[in-house]
Amino acid sequence: MFGLNKKDTSLLLIVAALVALAPIILNPFPEGSGMAQFNAGYPDLMQRFVIFGIFAIGFNILFGLTGYLSFGHAAFLGAGSYAGMWMMKLLSINVIPAIVFSVIIAGLISLAIGWISLRRSGIYFSILTLAFAQMAFALAASVLTPITGGETGLQTNLNDPRILPGFLGGGSSVDGNIPKPSLFGIEMTSSFEVPVAGWLWTFNWGYYICGIVMLIAFYIAIRIFRSPFGLMLKAVKSNQQRLNYTGLNTRPYMLACFVISGMYAGLAGGLMAAMDPQVGAERMQWTASGEVVLMTILGGVGTLIGPVLGAGLIKYFENIFSKINDNLLHQWFAFLPDGLEDLMVTIIHPFIGKGWHLTLGLMFMAIVIFLPGGLVEGGQRLRKMFGRKSEERAPKTTPAE
Amino acid sequence: MDAIILQILNGLDKGSAYALIALGLTLIFGTLGVVNFAHGALFMLGAFCTVTLSRILTLSHEVVDPTRKDFLGNPLKVDVPYIYDIFGETTGAAIIDWAVPLSILFAIPVMIGIGVLMERGLIKHFYKRPHADQILVTFGLAIVLQEIIKYYFGANQIPAPAPQAFVGSLDFGAIFGMEPGAIIYPYWRIVYFCFAMVLIGAVFAFLQFTTFGMVVRAGMADRETVGLLGINIDRRFTIMFGIAAAVAGLAGVMYTPINSPNYHMGMDFLVISFVVVVVGGMGSLPGAVLAGFVLGVLESFASMRQVIELLPGVNQVVIYLAAIVILLTRPRGLLGRRGVMED
Repeated sequence: MFGLNKKDTSLLLIVAALVALAPIILNPFPEGSGMAQFNAGYPDLMQRFVIFGIFAIGFNILFGLTGYLSFGHAAFLGAGSYAGMWMMKLLSINVIPAIVFSVIIAGLISLAIGWISLRRSGIYFSILTLAFAQMAFALAASVLTPITGGETGLQTNLNDPRILPGFLGGGSSVDGNIPKPSLFGIEMTSSFEVPVAGWLWTFNWGYYICGIVMLIAFYIAIRIFRSPFGLMLKAVKSNQQRLNYTGLNTRPYMLACFVISGMYAGLAGGLMAAMDPQVGAERMQWTASGEVVLMTILGGVGTLIGPVLGAGLIKYFENIFSKINDNLLHQWFAFLPDGLEDLMVTIIHPFIGKGWHLTLGLMFMAIVIFLPGGLVEGGQRLRKMFGRKSEERAPKTTPAE
Repeated sequence: MDAIILQILNGLDKGSAYALIALGLTLIFGTLGVVNFAHGALFMLGAFCTVTLSRILTLSHEVVDPTRKDFLGNPLKVDVPYIYDIFGETTGAAIIDWAVPLSILFAIPVMIGIGVLMERGLIKHFYKRPHADQILVTFGLAIVLQEIIKYYFGANQIPAPAPQAFVGSLDFGAIFGMEPGAIIYPYWRIVYFCFAMVLIGAVFAFLQFTTFGMVVRAGMADRETVGLLGINIDRRFTIMFGIAAAVAGLAGVMYTPINSPNYHMGMDFLVISFVVVVVGGMGSLPGAVLAGFVLGVLESFASMRQVIELLPGVNQVVIYLAAIVILLTRPRGLLGRRGVMED
């Protein structure tokens, strides 16, 4: 289907089903029960899952296929966000021009940065991209204030021009409020709630639009992975020198890959601006670039589904871990004797709430040390451990040296 | 003229910090071949050694002072640091005042310990892994170290003042016969610069003039051959890692009066230090030091008012711009050697 083989089609269908049913799947605990804080099925968080999923898929096209570790991808995300915001300020509140424009702008910027950075490889490439991203961040926070809003950031305002006609989402305001981003009249924040016997399922428009975009992005990523172009990129990863010696110029392939990856980041940025119309420069900081690296590594570098898993997991844990507090811990360990209960709470305390980054750092180190292939490799190992001999069908091939 | 001298002076103290961190980074890279993203965190840990020591020194107990009364007429309770009990009031006060320089003695063993522990516990397992993995695991370690510090010391800046003797500024211009007040430079920054020069000199002397340093240099050139000669090169490299950690830590210790330490100061310096290392040439120790000072001075020139009026925002990006230009025109960096990290 869609020019994919059977395995990829089923993967795509599974992801599509998961995206479609996420509001139900992510809400396994009834409303009002003690476990309800583990529910992730609310619009804001689900939007972040898919948006960061897109970001990570794009990053993985670069890092997973070619092995070039970019530490500056947040710059494209930020550029996309700013571009999207300006479209929503100038053209119309409709999200389509915003998203399209954010992809284009991010593509242009990544073309310029990639043109220079790709002259070097390895650690130098990482440092160059990092330098560019830090430059973009510093400029956005200071000199480019007329465009980026500086420290305060950029928001939609009541008196923005929005020159397109009303039915396309133009006009400054209908009811005296700041208009919310919408798709032909459907507001991104609008959703309908379905209470089912104690559960509350929220189906949000914005989430589904992000979800569809992510599915398209995922499909394109599969096609890239399976295409001759993708094979070329994998060849760059395994031995770029040999490729050069055979007379192939890898530069155009690398640049195309870098730009595609940057456009994915821009798409994520545009969606982020469309879902929540405010952008700040901190979105471009290098820690944000680090975050997407974490997501990709956590899920599994070079795999199709890995980055999406990683993005979802990190955003989920970020949300849940930072919500847990001491009172909750006391509730959980109430079954233990008092002294032991306090001890457990004291031990766990540094890792929750504001200490969430500590957990993230430890988790990340553990993954890099013990499971360099990420969760996907973990899953494969588990399957190998419990699975039958069927795994041994594919004999291990060693590359000829 | 005086403006130019002032900018050079201003650049030197920041440049010293860059040079020290970059020196440590290069030491680690040159010996172990590991790209250490946690080096900024070591700088930060050094700064927090100062904070810890000054907290230990000011540990105090309450004493009722019968000579003074509080506003209710009761005898006033005064916090007296234990150090006063041990050394008497004047010596005790002096020790507390000199907490920052004293932290050097405290930080050296602590930082060497941390460095050796880090190398043996973590980095050792990453020699054979690709550079990307090394970057990632040390990046994770940096996050962890930074969050631990945040947990114990809070997220706010903690001031650690310089000793009274070094508060105030030196009128530089007057010395060279210019108008008084033309070039004013804080004493502590002069101290920092001299300290950095001494430390850099010490590291180079150690590598150049001791047998240990000779073996390490040989190991940097050809690790396998040195191993074949029956020398346990790994142990020496571990010690070098400890020394590199101590250099970064000391840079942090002495930097505290210039910039009050907070938990993310390491990350702020790390990015720039990497740029410094790359500009200087991966694996070249003199290159790292030179690039540190050059970029420090360049940064301070770019923050001159006249320059900013001409090119707004250039002070924010000049270091990165310099790095980009250098990497594209001289891929090996200023003093880079052939064959180091050329892929």
